[in-house]
Amino acid sequence: MSTTAVIEFTPFKGYKLDDIPDNKIEVTKDECMKYFREMSLYRRFEIMADTLYKQRLIRGFCHLYDGQEAIITGMDAAVEHSDSLITSYRCHAHQISRGDTPANVYAELLGRQTGCSKGKGGSMHMYRSKSNFFGGNGIVGAQVPLGAGLGFSHKYKEDGGIAISMYGDGAANQGQVFEAANMAALWKLPVAFVCENNQYGMGTSVERHAFNSDFYTRGHYIPGIWIDGMDVLAVKKGFEYIKKYCNEGEGRPIFVECQTYRYHGHSMSDPGISYRTREEVQSVRKGRDCIENMRNLIIDQEWAEPDELKAIEKEIRKEIDAAVKEAKAATELSGDKLTEDIYKGEYPPFIRMIDEKTSIQY
Amino acid sequence: TEMTVREALNSAIEEEMKRDDKVFLMGEEVAQYDGAYKVSKGLWAKFGGDRVIDTPITEMGFAGLAVGAAMGGLRPICEFMTWNFSMQAIDQVVNSAGKTLYMSGGDVSAPVVFRGPNGPAAAVAAQHSQCYAAWYSSIPGLKVVSPYDCEDARGLLKASIRDDNPVCFLENELLYGSSFSVDDAAMSPDFLVDIGKAKIMREGTDITIVTFSKMVGFAVEAADILAQKGISVEVINLRSIRPYDRDAIIKSVIKTNRLVTLEEGFPQCGIGAEICAFACETVFDYFDCPPERITGADVPMPYAQGLEEKCIPQVNDIVRVISRMCIGK
Repeated sequence: MSTTAVIEFTPFKGYKLDDIPDNKIEVTKDECMKYFREMSLYRRFEIMADTLYKQRLIRGFCHLYDGQEAIITGMDAAVEHSDSLITSYRCHAHQISRGDTPANVYAELLGRQTGCSKGKGGSMHMYRSKSNFFGGNGIVGAQVPLGAGLGFSHKYKEDGGIAISMYGDGAANQGQVFEAANMAALWKLPVAFVCENNQYGMGTSVERHAFNSDFYTRGHYIPGIWIDGMDVLAVKKGFEYIKKYCNEGEGRPIFVECQTYRYHGHSMSDPGISYRTREEVQSVRKGRDCIENMRNLIIDQEWAEPDELKAIEKEIRKEIDAAVKEAKAATELSGDKLTEDIYKGEYPPFIRMIDEKTSIQY
Repeated sequence: TEMTVREALNSAIEEEMKRDDKVFLMGEEVAQYDGAYKVSKGLWAKFGGDRVIDTPITEMGFAGLAVGAAMGGLRPICEFMTWNFSMQAIDQVVNSAGKTLYMSGGDVSAPVVFRGPNGPAAAVAAQHSQCYAAWYSSIPGLKVVSPYDCEDARGLLKASIRDDNPVCFLENELLYGSSFSVDDAAMSPDFLVDIGKAKIMREGTDITIVTFSKMVGFAVEAADILAQKGISVEVINLRSIRPYDRDAIIKSVIKTNRLVTLEEGFPQCGIGAEICAFACETVFDYFDCPPERITGADVPMPYAQGLEEKCIPQVNDIVRVISRMCIGK
């Protein structure tokens, strides 16, 4: 039995690119097992977040990533953590992919001090600067120029890194995306503008919100590539190409569309059924699910028995349960730390609280 | 040394760019055009296009790009041709620059300086003539400073560039050409003005004026006139709007027992409103008369000269209000 195989996937589509890679990738058993495990972990993480939300332990906005796991998994397999990453509010898996633990991310969702932002950010605001992840941004589209700025800093420092600036299909229509793209093209910035097209900007489908829903062509004068974002192997090969492409010469930007699907509604307040049918969701789950397809691939290659994969999933459940337990055991940040992190370095001598008398003098 | 505010700002940027190669300047017309108001004159020739960068006229995009570059470890100086245009980019200033440190639990900072002319200019009507001090100073996470003279301009700008936090640096177009003498200490490349500290421009015993930017000059002029009438005015140049120097104001009011604020911005929720409320909450018992505000009129800035003048505090307005407040002192 061979431990490597050449796998075909849905071909890339290119826009103004003359060297699109082919749709074959050589993979090893170990790689595929790793992707299966990673995607299953992100899936289980979000399923449990859904439960915690319904138990009212997670508050406020909470946007889940289940269905889209192949994108962050495949990208992480292809780029370095020295490459900058920034994304929207749908960021739990991104944070874990950049090296944080599920326990720290749950702690953030639960508002605990061990959370990745000490409980000050919540679901939409997670960061890990030591592995160049810059959030977790709550305002639709605002992270896109920030990502261009991260690319600018790589070029300025000549450190060989690229910036990956991610946004959803809804944000793809924001004016600031085009402002950022213009500067990235003018100044030859190594930036990948990556649209995770999950078919809906909140509840408005791509056909109803975008005149041109081929998001990989929306850079106009910037070349683009379409990737089947439901297939981790396609994403991996795509981002190996993208990383090289952005670093070529003085640096250059690219537009990327990862076609994907989210199983949950836009956020926890959206059951996700008024603007799409249950059948539509089911058909994606049955036919295009990134984890099921990887499971089938591994079994077809005889790299593992179904039971072995089940065992991995069981192990992940345990790991996630333990992470939730750890997060729940942590406490909320004490009130005296409320005013920390507003400013870096020396503190303003006075921070106003609810009234003058209870305010804080340093 | 005698120099203009424009030259003071220019020299501060040049010195900081020499000191730290992570500092760069970007904005509309800052490079080849030498700056719309010539603040960046000569810098492109000295530092080249990699560090003095002309942007397209897309404030939201380039302000966001500057913040991202700051997150990536650089020290951007982002010029708004005027602060009026920062309205296009206010989400990037407030939400991306101002709040990320807190939202990340202290992990990600954005040490960017946004700077440009602020406040009423001359004869440019409502969209190009307003003060944003109150807007930006309401945001925890931002620092907001506003220089008056060359010493302020040099010391505050250098301190802002070196600060690890996002700073909104509010200049005044009508002061760019004004000359001030600068002493040797302030000419030093390491001269810094502490953000958060006010400067007493002139000591007095009868009333305190708290003001900033161009109005500091008007306040001093009014104080000269009032001195001849036997009224002794203490003029506080805030320099820093957020955080502002509570101690300096408290100390002065305890001495003079009267307070008037002076600004060009709109009255409602303005800097004067903040200072008066703060003073009432802390030193109310020391007041001999109610604190008052002198502000821009609550009117969109008109174009015609006579109308425009009615909307901006003039020296005789300051003299009039203070004379009234000090009756029977």
